[in-house]
Amino acid sequence: MLLSGADIIVKILIEQGCDTVFGYPGGQALNIYDSLYAHSNEINHILTAHEQGAAHAADGYARATGRVGVVFSTSGPGATNLVTGIATAYLDSIPLIAICGNVPTTHIGTDSFQEIDITGITLPITKHNYFVNDVEDLADILREAFRLAKSGRPGPVLIDVPKDVQIAKCEYEFQPAVEKEEPFAAKNDRINEAAKIINAAKQPYIYFGGGLITANAQAEMLALAEKIDAPIGCSLMGLSAIPTDYPRFLGMQGMHGHYTSSMAMHNADLILSLGVRFNDRVTGNRQKFATGAKIIHIDVDGSELFKTVDAVCGLRGDVKLTLEKLLPMLKENKKPEWRVKVEAFRQEEESCLDKREGLTPRKVILILNKYLGENTAVCTDVGQHQMWAAQNLNFKTPRRFISSGGLGTMGFGFGAAIGAAFGTKERSVLVTGDGSFGMNLNELATAVRYNIPIVILIMNNGVLGMVRQWQTLFYNKHYSNSVLERKTDFTAFAKSFGANGEAVTTPEELDEALSRAFRAEGPYIIDCKIDKDEFVLPMLPPGGSMDDIITNLEVEQ
Amino acid sequence: MNRYTVAVLVNNQFGVLNRVTSMFRRRRFNISSLTVSETETSELSRITVVFDGDDAGKQQLINHLYKLPDVCSIKEFSDDNSVSFELLLIKMKNETKSREDIRGAADAFGAIIVDYSKDYMMFRLTETTKRIDDFINLMREFTILEICRTGSVSLERSSTTIRQIINL
Repeated sequence: MLLSGADIIVKILIEQGCDTVFGYPGGQALNIYDSLYAHSNEINHILTAHEQGAAHAADGYARATGRVGVVFSTSGPGATNLVTGIATAYLDSIPLIAICGNVPTTHIGTDSFQEIDITGITLPITKHNYFVNDVEDLADILREAFRLAKSGRPGPVLIDVPKDVQIAKCEYEFQPAVEKEEPFAAKNDRINEAAKIINAAKQPYIYFGGGLITANAQAEMLALAEKIDAPIGCSLMGLSAIPTDYPRFLGMQGMHGHYTSSMAMHNADLILSLGVRFNDRVTGNRQKFATGAKIIHIDVDGSELFKTVDAVCGLRGDVKLTLEKLLPMLKENKKPEWRVKVEAFRQEEESCLDKREGLTPRKVILILNKYLGENTAVCTDVGQHQMWAAQNLNFKTPRRFISSGGLGTMGFGFGAAIGAAFGTKERSVLVTGDGSFGMNLNELATAVRYNIPIVILIMNNGVLGMVRQWQTLFYNKHYSNSVLERKTDFTAFAKSFGANGEAVTTPEELDEALSRAFRAEGPYIIDCKIDKDEFVLPMLPPGGSMDDIITNLEVEQ
Repeated sequence: MNRYTVAVLVNNQFGVLNRVTSMFRRRRFNISSLTVSETETSELSRITVVFDGDDAGKQQLINHLYKLPDVCSIKEFSDDNSVSFELLLIKMKNETKSREDIRGAADAFGAIIVDYSKDYMMFRLTETTKRIDDFINLMREFTILEICRTGSVSLERSSTTIRQIINL
């Protein structure tokens, strides 16, 4: 079949099982959009308000489904607007394909109108990228891009397609969707070594991250935890992998993690780490991090081993396959003393939980929990609200907590919630702050246009809360540019875009508003007023260790 | 700080040198010399990089280079297991008072005159990096007009090749 480059792009997306793309047209993407027009019954294109929103939507779609998210843009500013979205996906290892139009090859390098070197710009934030010179290479490049995006440690791949390559024709033949590279288990000698260390451990602790969800190794991890009687904690990216109420699960650890999980990790004699990368937000001061523990690190990406912490045993391989091999080599083992210790940490945590009356941040999330279905994806932006959500949300199903972990992208959540709603075909939730929401609230136009049911819960304190928290604690309360002093009426904003919304100030009002929001047909904003001096606690101060943990704060007004 | 010599076998495509050197930039390694050329097959290019750093950083860099889809294999060289040479072209001012001294020194190092006029002499020297450094230092006694050196090229002392470790 003789097809144009633009048609080949759309055909390959269909061939690879992609049914939804997000994007924004423009001069150098017109041919691609013309092909979309012709294939609109086979592939669904979601037009966002801004390319950044489209990139986050494709990312949210990928996180919610485990499939490859796809985003389109035109050249120049269209392509540069994708950059934050691509970087967000890169840092969190999300499979994403970005296809950009560019000026014709004859114009490349002449600073033509809307010409930009997007492959150069995205070099450090993609797994790989391609500039397509010749339409004959296009199909192979696209298939290779899908294979790369989802294989091993997933990540974004960008393909830059000049306009003349979109127009030029070549033969296209259908091929079945590419498979990801065959996963492999770690080497046997390493697994033997790890088994010995685990069998000798008295106070083992399991720490997992997003890699566990990618490898779909939840069952193997839980079987292992049961067998060796170990408590479990996770990084932000690991949240939702296993149900929050799983008895061994102590919650997220790290700078704003649960006291119990952070203390258990700090006191462990063995940390079995699965699909994690020991980010500084998890370890705090790396020199003082879990000094009494041996670290076993299993990751599909060998470059993560020994990168930031000194593991005694690094195993490069698929987490699921490696755990399958490791499991039979472990001795069944009960550790009552370790259990008692962990239980004591749990009681300490219980005693410092925020039990104040009124619309406290914790209360906001606990009320939200009542409305979440098994399949509801909760997306967040970045800041205090993100941490409160991570600490207190109740998860039941994997891939239902969607948050920018590595890059910490404010403005991520709305696009992601749009993508997640398309991915799950259900109502999604955006927990955000007034600062983060202000960054990409233009996407309300998208949510209204496609009538996407999204509950938007703005934890509105009139300040950049996390910045303020640091300024309070470490910058002598110099609230430099963190007080918003805006006069935005989010309810009126919702109405002006064709959505609904309301403001709440008490737990009862929030409860009622949520019951309306979860019945609404389209997007629904809840402007939830909270105090500007709420803190995210506990907190590991930057550069500190567990000995410096702050669990309680009374700040003079 | 240690000095490392690493050969990277890559797909011979535009942009690939940028991908490889960008990895050095991101890890803040300063490249002290770099050579690139096609190999025994036109599909592959060989990049030889000499840089300074510490062991942990170097290992991290190699791990990250391996993640680039265009990187086929990587080999690290030490003085013991490899042969390394570079090429120097050096242009000296030709003056009566120094002419014989320069030619004598060049002879001692095995540098060959490749161009000669009444104002200047150009020498070529193929030697180890150390010997080339020594020669240049010696020439500093006289008037150096211009220097150009290629950077190291290295091969392992054995019948095994870098291609044999493709797809680790």
